[in-house]
Amino acid sequence: MLRRGNGPEPASLDAHRAQDIASHSVLRDLYEGLVSEDAEGRIVAGMAERWEISADGLHYRFLLRPDLRWSNGAPLRAEAIVASFARALNPQTAAPLANLLTPIRGARASMAGDASQLGIRAIDDHEIHIELERPAPLLKLLALPIAMPVNLAALAQYGSAHTQPGKLISNGAYRLQSWQPHAGIVLERNPNFHARASVQIEHVRFVVTEDASSELRRFQAGDLDFTETVPPARLDRLRERFGSQLRISPYLGSFFLGLNVQDPLLGSSPELRRALSLAIDRDILTRYITALGEQPAYGLVPSGIEGYAGARMPESGWTQAERLAEARRLIDEVRSRRAEPIEVEIRYNTSTAHRRLSLAVAAMWRQALGITVRLRNEEWKSFVQTRRDRRITQVFRGGWIADIADPLSFLALFDGAQALNWSGWMDPEFQSLLDRAEQDADARLATLQLAEQRLLDAHVLIPVYFYTSRHLVHEDLEGFEANLLDRHPSRWMRFRAHKQATP
Amino acid sequence: MNPVDARPDLFDDQARPATGRRFATRLLLRVSEALISLLLLAALCFGLLRSAPGGPFDTERALSPEQQSALEQRYHLDRPLPSQFAQYLGNAVQGDLGDSFQYPDYSVRALLGSGFAVTFWLGGWALLLATLIGTPLGVCSALRHRGPVDGLISAGAIIGIALPKFVIAPLLILVFAVSLGWLPAGGWDAGDWRMSVLPIAALCLPNLAAITRLSRHAALEILASDYIRAARARGIEGWALLRRHLLKPLLLAVLAWLGPAMIAVITGSTVVEQIFGIPGVGRYFVQGALNRDYTLVMGVALCAGVLIIVTNLLVDAARAAIDPRLR
Repeated sequence: MLRRGNGPEPASLDAHRAQDIASHSVLRDLYEGLVSEDAEGRIVAGMAERWEISADGLHYRFLLRPDLRWSNGAPLRAEAIVASFARALNPQTAAPLANLLTPIRGARASMAGDASQLGIRAIDDHEIHIELERPAPLLKLLALPIAMPVNLAALAQYGSAHTQPGKLISNGAYRLQSWQPHAGIVLERNPNFHARASVQIEHVRFVVTEDASSELRRFQAGDLDFTETVPPARLDRLRERFGSQLRISPYLGSFFLGLNVQDPLLGSSPELRRALSLAIDRDILTRYITALGEQPAYGLVPSGIEGYAGARMPESGWTQAERLAEARRLIDEVRSRRAEPIEVEIRYNTSTAHRRLSLAVAAMWRQALGITVRLRNEEWKSFVQTRRDRRITQVFRGGWIADIADPLSFLALFDGAQALNWSGWMDPEFQSLLDRAEQDADARLATLQLAEQRLLDAHVLIPVYFYTSRHLVHEDLEGFEANLLDRHPSRWMRFRAHKQATP
Repeated sequence: MNPVDARPDLFDDQARPATGRRFATRLLLRVSEALISLLLLAALCFGLLRSAPGGPFDTERALSPEQQSALEQRYHLDRPLPSQFAQYLGNAVQGDLGDSFQYPDYSVRALLGSGFAVTFWLGGWALLLATLIGTPLGVCSALRHRGPVDGLISAGAIIGIALPKFVIAPLLILVFAVSLGWLPAGGWDAGDWRMSVLPIAALCLPNLAAITRLSRHAALEILASDYIRAARARGIEGWALLRRHLLKPLLLAVLAWLGPAMIAVITGSTVVEQIFGIPGVGRYFVQGALNRDYTLVMGVALCAGVLIIVTNLLVDAARAAIDPRLR
């Protein structure tokens, strides 16, 4: 039995409706998409044995394995996969991640209720064609839970209870054995999985661990084989205590402070926005405040995405003294044009970590720029609404974890056409770069990099640091590999021989 | 027959129907009071929830307008508020509390059912143990008033009250799970008693301390009263004194405490549940509201309301059974 700390209670085991990380981790063990990810996060064959991509990158042909079965033993055919895609895109499903599939032809219309033009077709029982509207990293998208096949027969029979033990029919390496809300989920090896012979661990328990300190103690007591996270502590102390069991690695997430450019003060003064960014000492923040190996950020998109170097702000190469000098020059310029004192507010959702960071940033701004800084914390749901409304926010806590290893996962946050543009920044040049990236598959990443540079030059966000993933992993567990998206399917893991003998 | 002893029987024939009717009227009055309180509670809770900023579907991702309206339809959020409230009440009366917003795979009834079962189990044991151990300790302390035993017990009780649960619980884990390895550090597996031990201990200790102090105080007060002095003057001492003159008034004091304590253990179990990773109902009191899980919060509020009313009713009935002055 593998016992995984899994964070909060998974909200849903409906692959299309789930959007939280905890649910997705379970779903990745229960299901398999057309393609899948290996322990290092690389795309490998899933339901599809192989695939062909047309020269323009718009037509995908997937050839399915001949022996595909659902976990109940029934054959799994191309038709069922196509129907599952249609269900994911149907507005009645209200799948929060459905819009990730919009590069597929007709997907947007499907989401608006017209599924007649959807570019996903079953050619026969073992072949599926997918047509894209614009170039996109489709294979990475197809490994997401939103693209996993939900069994529509079970759904029709049981309704929303189709995710309960005994009713859930999946197609992955494991199947659902039991689920006690807020305690844990137990999976057993799926005897109908095509690669069952390679799956080493027979049972997996996803343990709900809401509190990181409790999770740590449970790991110490030997109740968990790996943890979902590590509570904030000094890195050197943790290393001393846990040695090689502590695994810290880069994670495709970016923490930034957003700037609402619809606010009269911030919107009218790019110099002030740049000064705010320059006055922050990211080395101090990452060394003493976050303190778990985070990398100081001078761009939005973290490094590590294959083929994407990433844009960086010019000051990334300066010393902090140079940054401060420039910040002071800029703030003097702002003051010369403005009679009233400068006062900004940092708004964040209630959490100790955010409070600590905001306090430190506020102190840096007061000291370096001599401005007044107010801190405002808000409970999560209110914060989400305030940030989206853009009416009273000035500086706000931002942050994003990528769905797939692609720069657009981050850059889309500033796409003026969509609802999540918290900064309220609308820039025709940025939009046209995003559009251009969608037209030319070969130049896509290079164009996205230009877009990121454009975004950074506009000073609508203050990059602060790039996330790290951190786990405590039992030394007898093998196959737990670091990867950028911090995904760890159980099917690649195994215990060293002596551990398996214990019950 | 002693004429004095016979007197209650003489009056009984006339007295009984009268008290029976009075009892029925009072019960009816209590029940209708309870129903009105529940209705007010539901209305207040509904109003507060809906006036809170943000909704159950506000997340970091944006839904399309079509998806948004599909969800609103599914949860009947597209109707006017009064009609939503009326529909909710209609369903609730039939035992249907709706589906959870945050956990759409579960109905609120299923979540609360399994949650309350766990919380009652742990809370019930914790209070039972606290009462069974704490009351004798308190009496013992009172009987040895100002002696070394009293000092020891009182000091222990003060420490027990002063230590918050978020200190006791991790301490128990560190000692019994991490260092000694006798018990699991947390988690819940239905039927595994080993997982109940530490949470029950963590819930029990503060209550044990409270009831020790309470029964010590009550016992001291009773021991100083005139009728005890009178009994002592008549030569009644030791067990006989305790059993005949101390037990009943002490029980009254304990019962008066037990009702609110039961409610506090159930509604305030969040901390212990989070630390031990126990699937009780406590977390819903906080998380439900933070998630704007409308149906779950309503369900929790109504269940807690019923719980408080029933507990108070039971405690009052038990006190009335013991103390004729309360009838």
